[in-house]
Amino acid sequence: MSIALPVIQTEFAVKASVDFDQKLATCGIELRASRVDTLQINVGKLCNQACKHCHVDAGPARTEIMKRETAQQVIDAIRKFRITTVDITGGAPELNPSFRYLVRESRRIGSNVIVRHNLTVMFEPGQQDLSQFFREHAVEVVCSLPYFLEQQTDAQRGRGVFEKSIAALRRLNAAGYGIENTGLVLNLVYNPVGAFLPPAQESIEADFKRELMNRFGISFNRLFTITNMPIKRFLDYLRRSGNEERYMRKLVAAFNPATIDGLMCRNLVSVDWTGRLYDCDFNQMLELSVAPELPQKIADFDPEAFARRRIMTGSHCFGCTAGAGSSCGGAIREPNA
Amino acid sequence: MAYYEEDDLQRFSEIAKHRPDLFEKFMAWYQACQEDGALSRREKALIGLAVAHALQCPYCIDAFSQSCLEAGSNMEQMTEAIHMASAIRGGAALIHGLQSHNSVNKISM
Repeated sequence: MSIALPVIQTEFAVKASVDFDQKLATCGIELRASRVDTLQINVGKLCNQACKHCHVDAGPARTEIMKRETAQQVIDAIRKFRITTVDITGGAPELNPSFRYLVRESRRIGSNVIVRHNLTVMFEPGQQDLSQFFREHAVEVVCSLPYFLEQQTDAQRGRGVFEKSIAALRRLNAAGYGIENTGLVLNLVYNPVGAFLPPAQESIEADFKRELMNRFGISFNRLFTITNMPIKRFLDYLRRSGNEERYMRKLVAAFNPATIDGLMCRNLVSVDWTGRLYDCDFNQMLELSVAPELPQKIADFDPEAFARRRIMTGSHCFGCTAGAGSSCGGAIREPNA
Repeated sequence: MAYYEEDDLQRFSEIAKHRPDLFEKFMAWYQACQEDGALSRREKALIGLAVAHALQCPYCIDAFSQSCLEAGSNMEQMTEAIHMASAIRGGAALIHGLQSHNSVNKISM
């Protein structure tokens, strides 16, 4: 594994542009789904923040959000196929008028519900009771916090975000989230603040636990490390800063076939604000729909047809297979495992 | 410094060209040194960063700055490591002042 080395590669010049499917083929791997246990719903691009690494290009001026009719179709599919886990993301999903409907109905059906929460949305108008709403529906809350220091967090997510994020985490802790024996799960997401790979998940999680407790009295359950994807706003940053080739070369050089089994595309289906289906949220942002032989819309979804489907790929997939790997649930395995 | 080329860092392994056996030995040693051991990878990356500054090697500074971030260090910790290297370099220069004093004393009345 070249990941252990700073920059020096054992191969002569590693190319930045390598075809992902070809790379899989040279390793004798065919990438197919194994099952569908998670439906990830991206309710749209509206967000109260405009983070520099956002692969969605979300922000306050975006108007693309899921309508109630589509949300109803999503709930119909969850009910019909008894989807185990519903993972709601955006944008800031809470800003969608159908957000609470999606949570309530999914929980009524019996699905586990994960909400990808940016923390600061809690201070937006009409969101004051959000921590209580999460608690009432036993939602698993996954929060973005790229670092336990203000400078790094604000550099990625905008001025003043760190301070609000700490206040929101305190509010979640006060509601019982991240507190032992409450059963209320509060997980954090670490994204590198720049063009580099995340550190080992267990190691940085220990730092976050120690520092957030010592500095702010905050506790949480797990920290997930997620690699920045060379898509939309992060890709723009890579290009503007002259880092694109170097970053892509790094992702390709760090390709780890041991991550393939745990890739999120193997057990989830992603649906966008219009009801269109994708293999993951990253493909969604690239408008790379599920394989053409499959139903394309949530209204026609059929988990049988999707269970062993072939996965659509692109060069961005190297982001999920680099080093310890990256998924919505963080690192897939330790780099040397 | 015109003689340094940033892209050369990526071409480092070309040094294997005339004696691949020696480069292979170097790589095995280099890689083994950086694995988790009695010291963590993070500590080793910080040592690498400090040594890179003491040596003033721009390739090593680039490489280990990135390694430190990827090992989970922050700028505060990295800057402390750089100060350690610099302070020791400064101290090493300063202690030679006694050599100078000794020389002067030897030839002075």
